[in-house]
Amino acid sequence: MKLARANRLTPYVFMAPAAVIMVIALLYPLGYMVYGSFRAWDPSQNISETEFVGLKNYITLWFDPSFRESLGVTLKFAISVVAVEMVLGVGLALLLDRNIRGMSILRTLFILPMMIAPVVVGLMWRYMYHPTVGTFNRFLKSIGLDGVDWLGQHALLSVIIADIWQWTPFIFILTLAALQSLPQSALEAAKIDGAGGWQQIWHIKLPLMMPVLIVTCLLRLIDAFKVLEVILVMTEGGPGLSTEILALRISRTATEFRELGVAAAMSNYLLMLLLLLTVAMFAFNKIQTARAARLRAAVQEED
Amino acid sequence: MATVEITNIEKYYGGYHALNDINVDIADGEFVVLVGPSGCGKSTLLQMIAGLETITGGELRIGGDVVNYLPPKQRDIAMVFQNYALYPHMTVGQNMGFSLRIRRDPADEIKAKVERAAKILNLDQLLDRFPRELSGGQRQRVAMGRAIVREPQVFLFDEPLSNLDAKLRLSMRTEIKELHQRLKTTTIYVTHDQDEAMTMADRIVVMNTGVVSQIGAPLDLYDRPANTFVAGFIGSPAMNFMDGTIQGGKFQAANGSSWALPSDAKVTEGQRCTFGVRPEFVEAGGDVAAKVIVTEPTGSETQIVADMGGEHFTCLFNERIAAQPGDTLKIGADPEKCHVFDIETGLRL
Ligand SMILES: Nc1ncnc2c1ncn2[C@@H]1O[C@H](COP(=O)(O)OP(=O)(O)O)[C@@H](O)[C@H]1O
Ligand SMILES: [Mg+2]
Repeated sequence: MKLARANRLTPYVFMAPAAVIMVIALLYPLGYMVYGSFRAWDPSQNISETEFVGLKNYITLWFDPSFRESLGVTLKFAISVVAVEMVLGVGLALLLDRNIRGMSILRTLFILPMMIAPVVVGLMWRYMYHPTVGTFNRFLKSIGLDGVDWLGQHALLSVIIADIWQWTPFIFILTLAALQSLPQSALEAAKIDGAGGWQQIWHIKLPLMMPVLIVTCLLRLIDAFKVLEVILVMTEGGPGLSTEILALRISRTATEFRELGVAAAMSNYLLMLLLLLTVAMFAFNKIQTARAARLRAAVQEED
Repeated sequence: MATVEITNIEKYYGGYHALNDINVDIADGEFVVLVGPSGCGKSTLLQMIAGLETITGGELRIGGDVVNYLPPKQRDIAMVFQNYALYPHMTVGQNMGFSLRIRRDPADEIKAKVERAAKILNLDQLLDRFPRELSGGQRQRVAMGRAIVREPQVFLFDEPLSNLDAKLRLSMRTEIKELHQRLKTTTIYVTHDQDEAMTMADRIVVMNTGVVSQIGAPLDLYDRPANTFVAGFIGSPAMNFMDGTIQGGKFQAANGSSWALPSDAKVTEGQRCTFGVRPEFVEAGGDVAAKVIVTEPTGSETQIVADMGGEHFTCLFNERIAAQPGDTLKIGADPEKCHVFDIETGLRL
């Protein structure tokens, strides 16, 4: 009897340390943040001395044009980088999914940008975008064109380009892996059925990869909403509010404006947005598995 | 419909010589079966005909035109794969109509053709299902449906029945034969199963490690195998082989038995050779003694594995024989139904 119970408990004993760390490292700060978002909180104050203000922080933010602008910039940034990265990443994968000599080296080169620390990426691009000594403008001038005010007039576009450079490889490798695990015989059958290269991509490869592509896209979207370092280093959110994404505004609200409660509320808005995307992703996965299970069941009934 | 001419075809995978000087001429409307043990290069040859594998050397003509360098879509062939290779994200109807959709046929025409093919294959109730919702036999029929809606010049089959259970395999065999009699499309069918080859083929191409061993009508291969490989591969249970020498106009086997020679055997006194006797032509009541090891009655037939001078010897009798292990049988065979081969080259003498 006793032994049986001990056996049943064993897995929980092994899980306990991980669970404790989870609670301390994840739930505690999260709870702290939610708690803090209902208070008027200056960094000089201890949280117990702060005043409870209810939903005031949330409501203020909702009507704050700067916050809305920042949210708009974030949405613009995230949607455009993910859209372009998906097209480029999937395109490159389709292009490089073949067995020719040197392909593995090429593939490794392609994923290098992803391995560089974000701060370094930011510094690198900031230098390349420099109005006078930057790589781009020097090149433009050398072929007789006018320089572009990259991080000034076109700041958002410039950070978007940098992000695309860094994260296209992520989509590229996931897509490539998906491509290489496609059923080869279905592709051979399509060739025999007379499908040309484009038709194979459009009618066979893309539909079969769709589950992977959707999950990749959502993962990338979640990540793009949280981007901070690269933009912080490149533009610090400027000029004006033109590249001030939410993560940056949160950090500024906390440090510069010294409004920890508002910053916490802002974080919660972002968290809700991300949660929505995550739930969407899980729901998608669930639907996929459920459909597969239903189909299997249908087949088994007949056999 | 078209002829297929395979002339001096070679295939190298890197340094590995997979196919060596293959020559087969296939007539318009013929049903040719490529048969041979696993790994002998049957699929490779079929894939080269389909255009999925490059041709290292030689010439391939379909309908008289050299197609060595044409992509599959320009060869006007249809292929049925062993693992069906259906498109998992398309319904049965979409699977079958895919090739027509690709070539932009009008939608109503596609629908009509798919429905007609579905009727032939008894798939009309399943057109809206996905491949995952079908049983193995149904999937195989969809794969065939996909091939026939195209009305191609040539059908290629690569072991289409290997993944089915024995009973289904027999009925699908009949279906494929029927289909061929109805459509009369030139067909090249690959299998490792000699029984399938014998029952389905107009002509059989027996392959062995990258070379063609013999080409002929099923019964010709059975009656006059060109070498010991074909003799042993065609026919079930397999032919009994014995090594020995010609002595006094008879074959004297090393296992002690003695056999009369077929009248057309070109042998000389004292020549060393291999003698072949099919189990089904062994008769009771000869002068060769064989000690019974096991008896396997099937009802209509009795298969007996006997010991002859330390070697196994299989007999198949068309009657019930009550022999116990340990009994000694007296057997013989009609000499005209026996075969003599060169002991070195294995070629028919
Ligand atoms: N893509 C390949 N690369 C190298 N060797 C191959 C390849 N495909 C087949 N082979 C070799 O060629 C031989 C014939 O293969 P295959 O045509 O598939 O035989 P089967 O008669 O069983 O269909 C085998 O020895 C196999 O290992
Ligand atoms: Mg094969």
